[in-house]
Amino acid sequence: MSEDVTAADQPEVPAEGGIVAEVARMSPAELAAHEAEVAEAVAPDREIEVAVGDTLLAMQDVTLQFGGLVALDSVNFEIRRGEILGLIGPNGAGKTTCFNVMTGVYRPTSGQVVLEDRPLGKRKRHEITQLGIARTFQNIRLFGEMTTLENVVVGADARHKTSVLGALARVPRHHREEREAVERGMALLEFVGIADRAADKAKNLPYGYQRRLEIARALATEPKLLCLDEPAAGFNPAEKEELMGLIRKIRGDGYTVLLIEHDMRLVMGVTDRIVVLEFGKKIAEGVPAEIRDNPAVIAAYLGVPDDGAA
Amino acid sequence: MNAHHTASPPAKVSGMQTMRDKWNSLSRVQQWAVLIPLVVLIYLLPVLNPPLLTTEPNYNFPIAMFDVARYALIAIGLNVVVGQAGLLDLGYVGFFAVGAYVAALFTSPDSMLHKLPYLAVLPLAVVVTMFFGVILGAPTLRLRGDYLAIVTLGFGEMVRLLADQVPALRGNSGFQTVGHPPGTRADGTALFNQTDGKPWYWLAVTLVIGVLLLVGNLERSRVGRAWVAIREDEAVAEIMGVPTFKYKIWAFVIGAAIGGLSGALYAGQIGFVNNQKFDVTTSVLFLAAVVLGGSGNKVGVMLGAFVIAYLPLRFSGIAEYKYLIFGLALIVLMLFRPQGLLGARQRLLAKGREAYQRLLGRPEQISSDSSLVAEPGKEAGA
Ligand SMILES: Nc1ncnc2c1ncn2[C@@H]1O[C@H](COP(=O)(O)OP(=O)(O)OP(=O)(O)O)[C@@H](O)[C@H]1O
Ligand SMILES: [Mg+2]
Repeated sequence: MSEDVTAADQPEVPAEGGIVAEVARMSPAELAAHEAEVAEAVAPDREIEVAVGDTLLAMQDVTLQFGGLVALDSVNFEIRRGEILGLIGPNGAGKTTCFNVMTGVYRPTSGQVVLEDRPLGKRKRHEITQLGIARTFQNIRLFGEMTTLENVVVGADARHKTSVLGALARVPRHHREEREAVERGMALLEFVGIADRAADKAKNLPYGYQRRLEIARALATEPKLLCLDEPAAGFNPAEKEELMGLIRKIRGDGYTVLLIEHDMRLVMGVTDRIVVLEFGKKIAEGVPAEIRDNPAVIAAYLGVPDDGAA
Repeated sequence: MNAHHTASPPAKVSGMQTMRDKWNSLSRVQQWAVLIPLVVLIYLLPVLNPPLLTTEPNYNFPIAMFDVARYALIAIGLNVVVGQAGLLDLGYVGFFAVGAYVAALFTSPDSMLHKLPYLAVLPLAVVVTMFFGVILGAPTLRLRGDYLAIVTLGFGEMVRLLADQVPALRGNSGFQTVGHPPGTRADGTALFNQTDGKPWYWLAVTLVIGVLLLVGNLERSRVGRAWVAIREDEAVAEIMGVPTFKYKIWAFVIGAAIGGLSGALYAGQIGFVNNQKFDVTTSVLFLAAVVLGGSGNKVGVMLGAFVIAYLPLRFSGIAEYKYLIFGLALIVLMLFRPQGLLGARQRLLAKGREAYQRLLGRPEQISSDSSLVAEPGKEAGA
């Protein structure tokens, strides 16, 4: 993986001040109240049906070619509301390309992506975000010169209605949206566990914080579908464990999650269903136990026997 | 999970950083208590004519100060485009020229157009340049970086060539006796004339303050965030829901408007507009003010404007070599301090500061610039 590990090699200073210490000092009752407050602020304003059920997003015969290379080959799968769907496959299988098609970065050569029964068609990228798809990036791509909080508020701006003239004249709506965005932004930072660095520039954050800021920024757009592209890359086992907890918490708040991840333990531990890609084709789909025992999947990961790699 | 994660490397605080922190820790009232006397002092400058600062006897000091204020206005406008939104505009002089010609066409007796009062021409210049901003921006802002620079360069030259070639714009002979704001002195002469720079300076400073407040409002809103997001990573901004094209057009149009305003101001003070003042080097000089002072920092670009406009007037010996000197200064600066004299600062949202204090029970830490790093111990928190 070609990760920009900008902050990983910095000297170690334990983050002990601020919210972390404060939360540690709380009594259980206070803690429960505090957590409820955070959860309340993180949860999106609109009603979200948590029941795992109807189709939220469907990839319908999606094919994408880069010149001669078929990156996605008639890919079909559905993401159901309220589930955590894993998207796995060997390097270069087309997982990130799937995200790029869903978020409008690339238009499918043929086939279509359908969100809540509406084909995305030629919609612009920012319109797709407003329709409710948000993502993180495999290579962290934060707004480095902005503070942590501002990164999240840019995400929240996707739901804001203040016009340029409204901002110029500081209309009441501007003030209200700024206030709400900051409150919700801080709550989101706390939710993913990085509130103690809210005022730092994103580029100065430690690597793990940057990964989680990506998640907070995506959540700030109030997505119906949250797409995470290898959120655990570069994490140690303890951090991976914590990330699994975070992903479950996110689903618990009513979001639907699509997760690309190479770490099998993490994927098997957190997802409801899994789709497997290889060379742009879907080779398997099912619950984790089925995928684990699927011979095609095992072959894809270990290399086909006649390669001599198995 | 965070325990082993790392914080920014500790290091010493620069003087600038400490000043910023001090300034930010002051209450609004305290900030005004500093700002108001400062503004009064700025207004009084041409009257005080301080010994070391003065440009006389080589150059009339109030007029020199007017030139500085005019450059400051230009730098603030160009900073919206270049510093905030990160769009390299090499043809900014084009907007300046449009503003100057609007003022000339509607006030000079040499023009055949209907005459308007000068003060009505200022908003008209703004509107017309905004229109030009849309015309130029709509097709070009879909292009990326280098192309945009080339197209805007072409625009600047086009405006100049039009002034050369279109008979109605009178080429080199230009427009005489461009209008000025109303008002007469005790002796019956006009308050705003070509020899006394003071009234023009006061008008320019007033416009600078007004524009600063308005641009500041935009910067501290979703608009400013969108601009910075575009500057940082346009593709990601788009995916995070920022309608990037729309906000780039707005940056371009707002920059154009401010350029047009300063053009009209310039035309009024000089009283004469022809095709001689709007070449590429002028664009580059404008850009130099922004880059030198600190692209993205309003105070910085005004400082840059001061350097660019004032030094050649103060030290007339160097005026001849000013391009050489500014060029060298820029190269040295880019080597040692690429962010400019005062680097861009992404201030924590005004309301964020309160939220942060409330949540953490301690004052915010403004994160440090890459070159200026935070104080040890300060970083680890209370
Ligand atoms: N913009 C592009 N132009 C040409 N080829 C591309 C482009 N983007 C991706 N590809 C190719 O498409 C294929 C799928 O790439 P993709 O990034 O989707 O893989 P992935 O499953 O995310 O892999 P990884 O696990 O390494 O991240 C690869 O062969 C890649 O080289
Ligand atoms: Mg990938």
